[in-house]
Amino acid sequence: MPLITPIEQGRPDQYKQTLVNFLAGDRNYMKPDLAHGVIEMAHGSGGRAMAELIDQLFLKHFDNRWLQQKQDHATLQTEAGRLAMSTDSHVVSPLFFPGGDIGSLSIYGTVNDVAMSGAQPLYLSAGFVLEEGFPLADLSRIVQSMAAAAREAGVVVVTGDTKVVEKGKADGVYINTTGIGFIPETLELSPTRICPGDKILINGPIGNHGVAILSRRENLAFESDIRSDLQPLNHLVAAMTEAVPGIHFLRDPTRGGVAASLNELAHQGGFAMSLEEAALKIDDSVRAVVELLGLDPLYIANEGKLLAFCAPEDADRLLQVMQAHPQGRNTTVIGEVQVGQAGVVSLNTRFGGKRLVDWRYSDPLPRIC
Amino acid sequence: MKYVDEFRDGNAARVLAEQIGAEVRPDRQYRLMEFCGGHTHTIFRCGVPDLLPDNVQMMHGPGCPVCVLPVKRIDAAVELALKHRVILCSYGDMLRVPGSQRMSLQKAKGQGADVRMLYSPADALAIAHQNPDRQVVFFAIGFETTTPPTAVILQQADQQALRNFSVFCNHVLTPPAIRGILEPARESGRSILEGLIGPGHVSLIIGSNPYRQLVDDYHLPIVVSGFEPLDLLQSIHRLIGLVNQGCCTVENQYTRAVSEQGNLRAQELMSEYFELRESFEWRGLGEMPASALRIKKRYAHLDAESRFDLTDSAGLDNKACECPAVLRAALKPTDCKLFGRSCTPENPIGSCMVSSEGACAAYYTYRTGAAGSV
Repeated sequence: MPLITPIEQGRPDQYKQTLVNFLAGDRNYMKPDLAHGVIEMAHGSGGRAMAELIDQLFLKHFDNRWLQQKQDHATLQTEAGRLAMSTDSHVVSPLFFPGGDIGSLSIYGTVNDVAMSGAQPLYLSAGFVLEEGFPLADLSRIVQSMAAAAREAGVVVVTGDTKVVEKGKADGVYINTTGIGFIPETLELSPTRICPGDKILINGPIGNHGVAILSRRENLAFESDIRSDLQPLNHLVAAMTEAVPGIHFLRDPTRGGVAASLNELAHQGGFAMSLEEAALKIDDSVRAVVELLGLDPLYIANEGKLLAFCAPEDADRLLQVMQAHPQGRNTTVIGEVQVGQAGVVSLNTRFGGKRLVDWRYSDPLPRIC
Repeated sequence: MKYVDEFRDGNAARVLAEQIGAEVRPDRQYRLMEFCGGHTHTIFRCGVPDLLPDNVQMMHGPGCPVCVLPVKRIDAAVELALKHRVILCSYGDMLRVPGSQRMSLQKAKGQGADVRMLYSPADALAIAHQNPDRQVVFFAIGFETTTPPTAVILQQADQQALRNFSVFCNHVLTPPAIRGILEPARESGRSILEGLIGPGHVSLIIGSNPYRQLVDDYHLPIVVSGFEPLDLLQSIHRLIGLVNQGCCTVENQYTRAVSEQGNLRAQELMSEYFELRESFEWRGLGEMPASALRIKKRYAHLDAESRFDLTDSAGLDNKACECPAVLRAALKPTDCKLFGRSCTPENPIGSCMVSSEGACAAYYTYRTGAAGSV
């Protein structure tokens, strides 16, 4: 229905073309200006700005068939089987937050990226950039936390690197980890397998990680018991892929939240997605914060969640298996893939209306992981 | 979540939507304006228009504080920060609104100005205490809702005899803005609205009484509404009933918060520190008499406009930007050729694209108005 009738009939129809072009994906204005532009926080936030930078710079120059998959991991064919490899740098601020720290985050972050390929992660590398003056007691705490996380996930840190920069040239500690693991023969997880009709599942409530970090940011201190959802997902993935080997695709909705992950996939795949607000779980304490601050939990980072895409006939079985697993007890089916307009993700509101879930330029909260 | 879910219940919404459908007469148009940008946001976010019959049209009013501030006031804030080197404090959205030559407080910050984003005006006082050698200015914006908190910090700064703190006052008033929308139409003998949804938070302060004169002068009903989607549906239902009866009265849907008199203590505090300006420029609505507040002479030492020598900038809007017409509900956001192209929430040209309460930002974010787009 038309929402508004101009009081004074104003503009020629050509201007309406603007919106039509925009919806059709005319997003040229988002392209980074590689001659005169500078890096903005948005370029690291998991939204459209980052996707554009990757396309226009990294993918352009490193161009190869592995990168073109645009996944968080590469799948490498070896004589021993298919090897999944993924790398992730961690710059979270603050370093210690409710439910985790940069150490456990750097292990689980990469473990989960490898696990999304269906592989069981085996070995990790860890590279540290340390700021002069950083307390050794804090570093010790972080490394012990990494060791505990590695045990929990069943991976081993087998190589590493340590660099120190002058005081003021880094913020305490940054950690890069790279992980590898073998993908079982029977699995074929790929965004190209997602097709209209597929059901979309998620293993629990969203937004906890971002809000937990936010609750410890200096200018926004508020009392809450919200903890990050940080957890390894490889054990859950093993249970899922064993029960439903035909599963189509997995993605962990970290930076940019569920909205960024789904938009990216819908855009790449040329299909639409429809979500049910009533099926999206959000903890009451998280809701209280997002209501107060006017944030949308669909855009907030998670660190222990995965989105699973499967054929409709597999959905019930997958749901049961996930709900039976400690890391998936609160799994729900949150929506489905549809033919519809390419790249459009919409939400049926609890209220009975429908709205777009936009692909935003950047994450509202920088340095979340 | 308690006291939130009850007001977003889908089943109750369907019942109300059916009642609205039964109340609406198919042979007439219902153009209803929600004055407040908070209402605009809720309407789009919850998909309220999907529940309304085709001949009920929601029109979006100018009740977005960030949106209505003219360019020259933003230029003045930038001048305070860059030229007078004060610590300038304001709410987040205000930092991103472009002034002349697309200069914003955020860009000023990039050029070395000390600009701080606040969640509460009380933080501005704390910053003044922590920086006794610096001048601290609170860039105060908003309708009657945010005026009492500004009065409270003026009171505290005065009691604490703070010498390095002042307020750049840009508080504006709701009833004159409603006149600003309706008066030009009355003068030209046109009808532009059948009913108006009154702002909830503003009315919490001023009460529902100030709207009585408006319904008499402009012959349309006003229903003061809460901010949850069920509040809005109920208000729309009531408004349509009043339109059908030809009843031009003020009704209060938001009874759990709003009284006829409003918050008397807050009004008292406001009148202690503020007085009416003879005239104030609004983006979109132009100069309007008695439509904004300034700090009383007696507290001139706390008034940034008295304390600092500010240039009166020409404050020109970007020529292609249609925010002024959008704020008068004369155009849809999508009628602007900048919309979604060079003007986006990330890189806004017009103020209505900055704040989540702005109509352009709501259209862009929820892609409303593009029929069949979602």
